[in-house]
Amino acid sequence: MNYYDSEDLNRFADVGKFRGELMEKFFAYYGAVIDEDGALTRREKALIALAVAHSEKCPYCIDAYTEKCLETGSNPDQMTEAIHVAASMKAGITLVHGVQMLKGLEESGA
Amino acid sequence: MSAYDFTAQLSQASLSAGPRPSEVLQINLTKLCNQACKHCHVDSSPARTEMMSRPVIERCLEILAATPTLTRFDITGGAPELHPDFRELVTRARAPEIDAIVMVRHNLTVTYDPHPQTAESMDWIPDFLAENAVEVICSLPYYQEYFTDKQRGSGVFQKSIKGLRRLNALGYGRKDSGLVLNLVYNPIGAYLPAPQADLERDYRKELKDQFDIEFNQLFAITNMPVNRFRSDLERRGKYDEYMEKLMGAFNPTAVDALMCRSMLSVDYKGQVFDCDFNQMLDLPVELAGKAADVFSFDESRYSQRQIRFESHCFGCTAGAGSSCGGNTA
Repeated sequence: MNYYDSEDLNRFADVGKFRGELMEKFFAYYGAVIDEDGALTRREKALIALAVAHSEKCPYCIDAYTEKCLETGSNPDQMTEAIHVAASMKAGITLVHGVQMLKGLEESGA
Repeated sequence: MSAYDFTAQLSQASLSAGPRPSEVLQINLTKLCNQACKHCHVDSSPARTEMMSRPVIERCLEILAATPTLTRFDITGGAPELHPDFRELVTRARAPEIDAIVMVRHNLTVTYDPHPQTAESMDWIPDFLAENAVEVICSLPYYQEYFTDKQRGSGVFQKSIKGLRRLNALGYGRKDSGLVLNLVYNPIGAYLPAPQADLERDYRKELKDQFDIEFNQLFAITNMPVNRFRSDLERRGKYDEYMEKLMGAFNPTAVDALMCRSMLSVDYKGQVFDCDFNQMLDLPVELAGKAADVFSFDESRYSQRQIRFESHCFGCTAGAGSSCGGNTA
């Protein structure tokens, strides 16, 4: 058994089998945020989603938003920069916790 | 019956897509090409030998002269410039007796490669096109090297840039020159084109900033699931996924301007088709139970024909619609 199967994305709506009204609300919200131009364009939103897909390590979303970025006009340089933003944030988030480590060291007299 | 039934889709949407008077005569002059592109629906390559015969060319010119609604003459291939009668055909179509708007699907690299059969230099092409005020439509799959070369072959992007600069130097794409240079984008893979206006804006900026290149319009064209592109999809197990994407993106407003409704498409043998894709799939127009050809062509009968729709037609109605002139919706 594979925990991640690309075909499973087609079954996303099946999560609404129970308490379907909650999934309906989710899909309406998701569509309104992602699939419509607003203060951000669909293209900008797709790049953000691609970066989040990587930081959250979601294979479904990586496939979906690689395609969505291409279909909204981003090029490979822009898509790669977007995931570098996610990666650099992750690195920064890891490193900024080093302050906790330093405080611990200071408290222990180091 | 195919799982992707375009006629059923039209019925379900209560739409009809009958023929209109023909406005564009599109001829496939030859399947010979100096390139062998991954997406090519014609399966063109330097190894192809099909060439339109002289009698078919003469008849096409007669039809153009005798049919008032046919104002645009779209010459495609292959690389049409490789046909030995290309120059004469263009000159006669531009002469006052016919005076058609002549469009040539020009691949930019053909100028710089020797003729695949005769090895003669093709360097005359840009000057000839400009002298005859031919509208030039060039495929440039992307404004960056990576996607362009992946689709059309190594080195094609740089050669295309050289070709575009030369056309610009002749006045093509420059403001008020009257020489029209349009570019064609198509996706590298199994996805839909981005919005045409967004792509055009990006192309305009990047080509100007990087290479000082100008052009008139960008046409965004959907990859049609036929021939070489379809084989590639099937090899990768992606054909059904792509068809479902096209069907899912069906846009009823794209039906009105379907190019097949006002096109007369002719193959190298003189057979008549609704469009270039039907031509490649060997789906000729049938009139009175017989495949139609240019020798028996009659516009009044042709504009009463039944257009032959197949599964690939979903490519022309997906998203913003697609045609040889870009978006239709």
